[in-house]
Amino acid sequence: MLNIALPKGRLGEKVYRMFAEAGFRCPSIEEENRKLTFESPENGVRYFWVKPSDVSVYVERGAADIGVCGRDILLEYVPDIYELLDLKTGICRMAVAGSVGFRDDHRRTLRVATKFSRIAADYYASLGRDIDIIHLNGSIELAPILGLSDVIVDIVETGTTLKENGLHELETIVPVSARLIANKASYAFRQDMILNIRNGLEKQIGGSKQ
Amino acid sequence: MNPANRDTLRPEEKILFSLRSLYAQNGYTQYRMSKFEEYDLYASNKEFLLSDSVITFTDTNGKLMALKPDVTLSIVRNCRNTCDRTRKLWYTENVYRVSGSTNGYREIMQTGLECIGTVDDYNLCEVVRLAAESLRSVSDTALLAISHLDIVSAFIDRMHVSDGTRRSLLSCIRRKSTHELAALCPDQSADLIRLLSLRGSPEEAFTVLEELNAPAEAVRQLRVIFDVLSLYGLSDSVRFDFSVISDTEYYNGVVFKGYVGGIPEAILSGGRYDRLLARMNVNAEAIGFAVYLDLIERYMAAEDGFDTDILLLYTAEDNPVRVASAVRALTADGYSVLASRDIPDMLKYRRKAIMEGNGVKFIGPDA
Repeated sequence: MLNIALPKGRLGEKVYRMFAEAGFRCPSIEEENRKLTFESPENGVRYFWVKPSDVSVYVERGAADIGVCGRDILLEYVPDIYELLDLKTGICRMAVAGSVGFRDDHRRTLRVATKFSRIAADYYASLGRDIDIIHLNGSIELAPILGLSDVIVDIVETGTTLKENGLHELETIVPVSARLIANKASYAFRQDMILNIRNGLEKQIGGSKQ
Repeated sequence: MNPANRDTLRPEEKILFSLRSLYAQNGYTQYRMSKFEEYDLYASNKEFLLSDSVITFTDTNGKLMALKPDVTLSIVRNCRNTCDRTRKLWYTENVYRVSGSTNGYREIMQTGLECIGTVDDYNLCEVVRLAAESLRSVSDTALLAISHLDIVSAFIDRMHVSDGTRRSLLSCIRRKSTHELAALCPDQSADLIRLLSLRGSPEEAFTVLEELNAPAEAVRQLRVIFDVLSLYGLSDSVRFDFSVISDTEYYNGVVFKGYVGGIPEAILSGGRYDRLLARMNVNAEAIGFAVYLDLIERYMAAEDGFDTDILLLYTAEDNPVRVASAVRALTADGYSVLASRDIPDMLKYRRKAIMEGNGVKFIGPDA
């Protein structure tokens, strides 16, 4: 049985449909219920929903053989895993945003509020800009409004949330999309099955065949 | 109740014993070293270490010392004056380094072997074969993923890219991220992607390597290794996997990582490290590997869940000589006995007994 960790929420549901299309359907997951794991013995797979930012932990530690998670998580936590496919869904970007009218004063340390401390630190280090990272776990947009930070580094999809809060995007750091990831040891022993899934998913995004 | 076939040895200890005899059988001698080394040794080769944090302290003479985070560096330093002849060594040592997942220092039991001096084809094959055999002594489900850095480097060299792009390419290769490779160098990455997408038997891999015009000497080395592994019946547990890349500043030539069923990360890692020797001004070649026995302790639990066969309860009134004689009789029959005045918390025992007269009386059923 191949364990597959999917991110809870809209992205996970969309990705599950891709798995189903690829021939790895699991009828029980399509029913409304409160179960946590869903098995499809005939297809040899077991799915489970986990918090999106935990998918890479499940996969790196081998509790899941493969999983789907955003590139933002991979860049932030740098798990030791294989990144087998860009699913080209869940597309958004990691960006710097600030209040409309914000001007970066290079004489001062820039205060940056973010959930993604490593991404922010790496980005500003590459620019040689001295920053003060304020790690927050949610409602990042609040930080510049209340003067907690000068800018924020966060995921931006459409920019609507930013706009509603009087913020706007200043720079794009990196584009983000969902990736198929695999545990290295699982890949060593179950290469065929994992590559079948990978190739099945790839067909649906119309990429080149491996 | 029969005396349990008790394993006094834990799984990792049993494996350690079989590794010891495997290495000794092949003419490797044990190398013992001190727990501390001068910090300089590690400071000048930081990138070779898996983590760059080292526990340091000041010795009584004012020298900065370190608890060894790695064994290979110490061995190389100690062998540097005797490298005109080939030395084959194995070790089992505790090393101290920050573990990726915990962010704190950990004591890690590591066993491995090194062959330093002249690494000819025979020695090369011997070390890779011993790596494959080491995995087999850990588990029947074992897989050694072998790569050759000269092949990967040659493919990247052909692309004529900047150093920055080269680093990004290596990072993509390590993650098998073919989609990112393709995005990074759209016109030139086809061969590299094909190299990474190799699947199936090593025989098929050789065909592809030839088609891709891989460096002949490297392919020849892989072929000799594969022939020797086949001779030992190990060909089923190897696969060529060119995503295995160790630090190219230190490693060159053949590198490998080993996996066993039930452990979600590589339990063995090694390769040819002539470059490390060159950086340390040692004129010799070397190859070696390490087995991370702490992973076995973490993931392979002992199966027998009993702490003791018999829990023998006695009271303050019981004569200690009688209790001792009861214990003596039971252990002579092959049972393990815990003599206690009360039942320890959470103890798992097969049977309970109490002192009665001159002997013991069993109470309750046999678990």
